[in-house]
Amino acid sequence: MKDVDDKFRKDTEKQVPLREELKPRKVTTPDGQEIDIDPLRDYFCDAKPKVHPKAYSKIVEDFYNWARSNSLWILGFGTGCGAIEMRPLMTPRFDAYRYGIQWRPTPRQANLLVISGYLSVKTLKRAIRAYEQMPSPKYVMGLGSCTINGGMYWDSYNTIKRLDDYLPVDMYVAGCMPRPEALLHGFMELKRVIREGKGEGANTYAENFDQYKVNQKAVIKDWDMPDYNW
Amino acid sequence: MSSFPNFAWGQVPLALLTLFIVINYGMIMTALVRKIGARVGGRYGIPIWQNYIDLLKNIALRSKISHGVMYYLAPVFRLTGGVGLLLFVPTIYGSDWHQNFSYAGDLILALYFVFFGTLGMALGAGESGHPHSAIGVSRGLSQVTMAELPLALGVYAISLQYQTLDITQIVAAQQGSIFNWTLFTNPLATIAAMFAFVGTMMRSPFDVVIAPQEIPIGPPTEYHSSYLALMQTNRVLFPVAKTVIYMNLFFGGATNWAEFAIKVFVLYMLTAVIGVVHPRFRVEQSIRFFLKWGLPVGVLAILTV
Amino acid sequence: MRELLYRLKDRYHLGTPTFQRDDLTFVTVKRDELRAILTELRDVEGFTHLTFLTAVDWIEEGLFQLTYMINNREANQSLGLRVMLTREDEPGATTGDTIHDLWPTAATYQRELNEMFGINFPGSPRVDEEFILEGWTDLPPYRRDFDTLAYSQQTYRERPGRGRSDPKAHMQETLYPDYPKPREAAHAHKEEAK
Repeated sequence: MKDVDDKFRKDTEKQVPLREELKPRKVTTPDGQEIDIDPLRDYFCDAKPKVHPKAYSKIVEDFYNWARSNSLWILGFGTGCGAIEMRPLMTPRFDAYRYGIQWRPTPRQANLLVISGYLSVKTLKRAIRAYEQMPSPKYVMGLGSCTINGGMYWDSYNTIKRLDDYLPVDMYVAGCMPRPEALLHGFMELKRVIREGKGEGANTYAENFDQYKVNQKAVIKDWDMPDYNW
Repeated sequence: MSSFPNFAWGQVPLALLTLFIVINYGMIMTALVRKIGARVGGRYGIPIWQNYIDLLKNIALRSKISHGVMYYLAPVFRLTGGVGLLLFVPTIYGSDWHQNFSYAGDLILALYFVFFGTLGMALGAGESGHPHSAIGVSRGLSQVTMAELPLALGVYAISLQYQTLDITQIVAAQQGSIFNWTLFTNPLATIAAMFAFVGTMMRSPFDVVIAPQEIPIGPPTEYHSSYLALMQTNRVLFPVAKTVIYMNLFFGGATNWAEFAIKVFVLYMLTAVIGVVHPRFRVEQSIRFFLKWGLPVGVLAILTV
Repeated sequence: MRELLYRLKDRYHLGTPTFQRDDLTFVTVKRDELRAILTELRDVEGFTHLTFLTAVDWIEEGLFQLTYMINNREANQSLGLRVMLTREDEPGATTGDTIHDLWPTAATYQRELNEMFGINFPGSPRVDEEFILEGWTDLPPYRRDFDTLAYSQQTYRERPGRGRSDPKAHMQETLYPDYPKPREAAHAHKEEAK
């Protein structure tokens, strides 16, 4: 699609300054010592993620994959309007619990991040943090056409168009919005993918870590967090 | 081993067998209770073996992050609380096999073990550095402390009544007829202890500490993979172990596994039934509840013995 | 509403009012009289609620229009006061008059206008802090000289294969390929009539 008005050029020069409280500085402690602090390095570990090998034996790995596929714990993180389509899944009509799907309130205990709908740049930052804190193997599901190609936000200044540029996506569910039935179907497909041993998004992320970071930093201009959030 | 007159090496595998049976029983029972809850709500509910799959999945996770030594030890402490509670209490009365390591005065130890896991959790969750953990633990400790008060009073009342601190002897005194149960011989102590039972089972209305809708999930916010698997094991073991104590002290104990299964299930369902019909208390509300209702009944139980 | 405007007309310069609905009226006021009118409407006439404060970019006229929507809940009347400001191209150079002391919520609206339109309100609390956007480096995005499509194309990568089709024509093509197209059908109909 050609730009309708190609006179407009985006400002690529301007940089966002680092927030004052995140700058490295010298601090005098109450007992008179002078110490250097660097808030982004002192409190966080930003070592790169490792590629985790599969279990040594194929039978064991298959067995593990079967368990993983039957115990999908979703991070309760709604990014867009699709979050409203996840709620009926907990209720009697659709009841996703019978497939071993549960919702967890903390990323540490979740395996599946459902990006439910459009993702603004501001939310993308939080989604990346949440994704990186989840224990591996972890899966990402993109919900709705907004995560596939921008959907109705195709000309928005603040909404990303392709989710797989920023996070490794295992499964897309098309629709605007996809109904809970479509979601359930997506979960079943994801289970199949995991059982076949193809749900290796976390390793893809670790392998192409530098490329992902370049993509993420290209749109998130105020990068005020460590490169990898443990 | 002369200092432990009841101890014999042959008891160790038998005690482990008890542990194995109780863990599996707990897995199935908690899933069944969740399923019953789902059916009440019109849902189909989780598969009955879901707990096993979740456990396996958590063990199979590949990346683990540690926050320090206490972070490691907290789930271990918690599981120790559950296992210790179970092993130092006779599970099946009159059975040589499942007598475990009970001894004269084990009642005091059992009271300690009820509290032990929460204390370990406080240290571990504190080290994980997440503010939600610290808030959750402080809430949990204050609530459990208050809930334990009526239990302690009720236990003192019945140890005065039976003139012993040995759980085996307390169970022995209740055999014969259903009217020999503490429930009928000392109803006040039983009621006081049941306040504590409902209060410490981590079910609504007293589950604000670990409720996902409050500060997300409370103390175990940072726990994942194998750590969480350990805590899950404890989540199924500990309620059963605690129920065993109540069953022994107030409901005549159990003389075989079938009686054990039925009594534990009924007692567990009691908290589940109370849970599904009552909304959640805030911490200060539940503390006030225990001080207002639990404590006077406990004091009364001591006075009337 | 008309009586109220007649009463105000004696003392203030009012533009021609637009009576949008029975309970909704718009009127343009002069910038230096805005504060006096708002204070009087709030304290005397019972318009106690500031519903919203928003802006329109009239780029061709070189104007920014601020709309102060206030509401009298007892009389069930809404009144929109329009104020025209001279539009400066530099973001933040256009300034409005803060009313955060009349309605504290106005501070939030003014913060948003500063971010989205680049209309500054000196003296309004926290007006320079970022409100919704994080780390925004370009023109304020609600201005009309900011081309959101061009910006989006230059920033976010597109997935190839995205096209567009008229839903009606597409579905007819898919479901009823034999059925004549609407224009052809109309043409054929005309032929027959001849």
